[in-house]
Amino acid sequence: MESTTPNGVRSVSAEQFHRSLRGRRLIGNAAVILFLGSTLVGLATLAALIIDVLIDGLSWIDWDFLSTYPSRRPPDAGLRSALFGTLWVGGLTALFTFPIGTATAIYLEEYAPRNRLTQFIELNISNLAGVPSIVYGLLGLAVFVFLLNLDRVILAGALTLTLLVLPLLIVAGREAIRAVPDSYRQGSLALGATRWQTVRHVILPSALPGILTGTILAMSRAIGEAAPLLAISGLVFVTFTPGHPFERFTVLPIQIFNWVSRPQLDWQHVTAAAIIILLLVLLTMNATAILLRDRFQRRSEE
Amino acid sequence: MATATAISAPPALSVRGLNLFYGGFQALKDVNLDIPPRKITAFIGPSGCGKSSLLRCMNRMNDLIRTARVEGQIMFDGENVYAEDADPTEIRFRIGMVFQKPNPFPKSIYDNVAFGPKLAGYKGDIGALVERCLRQAALWDEVKDRLKQSAYQLSGGQQQRLCIARTLALDPEIILMDEPCSALDPIATLAIEELMRELAPNYTIALVTHNMQQAARVSDYTTFMTVDDERSGYVVEFGETGEIFSMPKRKATEDYITGRFG
Repeated sequence: MESTTPNGVRSVSAEQFHRSLRGRRLIGNAAVILFLGSTLVGLATLAALIIDVLIDGLSWIDWDFLSTYPSRRPPDAGLRSALFGTLWVGGLTALFTFPIGTATAIYLEEYAPRNRLTQFIELNISNLAGVPSIVYGLLGLAVFVFLLNLDRVILAGALTLTLLVLPLLIVAGREAIRAVPDSYRQGSLALGATRWQTVRHVILPSALPGILTGTILAMSRAIGEAAPLLAISGLVFVTFTPGHPFERFTVLPIQIFNWVSRPQLDWQHVTAAAIIILLLVLLTMNATAILLRDRFQRRSEE
Repeated sequence: MATATAISAPPALSVRGLNLFYGGFQALKDVNLDIPPRKITAFIGPSGCGKSSLLRCMNRMNDLIRTARVEGQIMFDGENVYAEDADPTEIRFRIGMVFQKPNPFPKSIYDNVAFGPKLAGYKGDIGALVERCLRQAALWDEVKDRLKQSAYQLSGGQQQRLCIARTLALDPEIILMDEPCSALDPIATLAIEELMRELAPNYTIALVTHNMQQAARVSDYTTFMTVDDERSGYVVEFGETGEIFSMPKRKATEDYITGRFG
């Protein structure tokens, strides 16, 4: 460090450099510890929750628990109706949300003129993503159940959840589309492809993995929601299996909410068992979406 | 301003009184130019002189820039490219473009070449067409055993030749090349230049380059552009490449070519 430099003297002397380096390293190390600690807080909480639920509920899960209806006696209680309700509502919500959300994202990114109206719409879609879910529940109750006279049925629940998660998917979809390099777009248009052909054959295949990730997030939210569906369905004790979208229903979060509020000790186990099933449904759905995503990703990168 | 020197065949493309604006900024001022058919015409000039912008007017790629506005005419096959009823999709189908950075689609080599003809409704033997274009682009021998592999497995130079093959698949009358070698190493550059020479007898090529040696090596005609006091680009001189480089008529051209400016 003491060797001569082109300017004769160093702007920062060797001694100064080493003195400050010690402090800089210390701050760097402290930052790493802080970040690691923050990560562990989240991880530890999650692990504690899962372990607690598994201890309480795992032994209660058997075929009967899945295939029987709710009962007043904890050992006889099952979640068949809630499970089918969740599958129905979740499936329909995915069916409605994916095309509408993707189409909206495509329109806003690829077609909408850049003016104040578009900006206003975009801003409000982001705002909608932050509206409390119970508000959607009341909106769904007013519009689908009463105004459209659908009654408190699966379809009304699915439409309500669609409204709830649509902004999430639109925001994620737009980001995925924006991430597609402009050079692809230009390359396609320069080959005489129309706008739609460019969207269909270049933009969408590249954006699809991101759109599917958005769908995963949106569906996880939808499957876990109790509040809006409580407003729509109002049922917690369903002893039939819904067979079509115009039947009444309950869903797992509502069933869990109902069970957890009962005083007897055994209901804790029933609740924990139901939570495990809900988590499994979520994991299965996410795994499917991830598999789909990887398939598309590989196809476009091979 | 620029007068063509003894070109007998009718031009492939005629630019007449072209002004290009980006919002309030005038990027091109009164460009008049004839692009000779089945020749390579190079566009040289300092950065920001609008040579790429001019190229992107020719196939209406400037339409993608919201603030862009064009005055004047670009006559192609008897029609004004900027006429009310001109269809940019059809113009781009007939005037191909190769970009500065190779931009193959994230698809297979085969699908990249088949992309244009498939979307345009080609009914013939796509496989044969793909092979013909890859051969024309001097890429066939390197990729014939891995047509189903991603285009991104190729080197930068190969990717650019793939982009040329992809353009050739539509049998364009004109190929616009926007600094096609600026992202490539000298060897890959040489391969592209050789390819351009091979294509020249059959295709009209407009080549934007910041590399004067490249213009001198490959082009038949050269257009020299520069900027005025308002940073608007204009054409200073057009002529046979040999003349432009050995005895330019304008002082600005001479200064630029001899390295006294730019």
